[in-house]
Amino acid sequence: MAVLRCETMPVRSQQDVVAVRQRVRSLAVAQGLSLVDQTKIVTAASELARNTLDHGGGGTARLEAVSDNGRAGLRLTFEDRGPGIADIALAMTDGYTTGHGLGLGLGGAKRLSNDFDLWSRTGEGTRVTITRWK
Amino acid sequence: MERIPILRMGRFLIVSIQVDMHDRLALTLQADLAARITETGAHGVLLDISSLEVVDSFIGRMISNVAATSRVLDAETVVVGIQPAVAITLVELGLSLPGVRTALNVEKGMAMLRQATVHLDHAADLDSDTLSESPDGSAAM
Repeated sequence: MAVLRCETMPVRSQQDVVAVRQRVRSLAVAQGLSLVDQTKIVTAASELARNTLDHGGGGTARLEAVSDNGRAGLRLTFEDRGPGIADIALAMTDGYTTGHGLGLGLGGAKRLSNDFDLWSRTGEGTRVTITRWK
Repeated sequence: MERIPILRMGRFLIVSIQVDMHDRLALTLQADLAARITETGAHGVLLDISSLEVVDSFIGRMISNVAATSRVLDAETVVVGIQPAVAITLVELGLSLPGVRTALNVEKGMAMLRQATVHLDHAADLDSDTLSESPDGSAAM
């Protein structure tokens, strides 16, 4: 897999979450994703960016335009140095929430992506990577 | 402070969300709407989200809360103009907006609200009939 372009954005405020959504949208358009796929990855990005802010105490979003055997995709990595997730299986369960949402963030983001990877360690932080392919 | 405008049209309130809302703005709208319903005695809320390209779980929850709060305040809510890609994404996300009435566009949404509140017209007609038919001009009972 080749990374054609990479940029990092801060996720430290609600305005940053909006900015990440908008940037993901333009990269998804540039990568040629369909309107439905654009909407899915932008929505997943919104959920994950909010998690980074609300649960991780802020962090970064890395946006990468990728290509694999000629197939274009968009890979997003959300990383924080917050408290980490104690029980990942529980956090992935729909309806489970420690915040103000519906508890659909992680599970929803996974369903909206083609690839999903979650790394978290208590006291160290959390990193979620998702990819949506054309 | 940034706010989403709420317009009044007869006994209905109309809101058209035209910006990419951050979470606090969505919460402000939810509170503003509840206050305006109480203040105006509105019986219906039309929420146009045709400009929204993304409805994530937070905005989805705001929409459900608006509908539930309005109902408690004796007002019906109709959400109109959900884009097809947004609808597909919402369902995959796990949100099907239970208990929220939806219509394809503003026109159909308004018709739905009128239909839902049509009994109020009848009640108003009955009141005026009673008044006009009273022979000595005084209201009966």
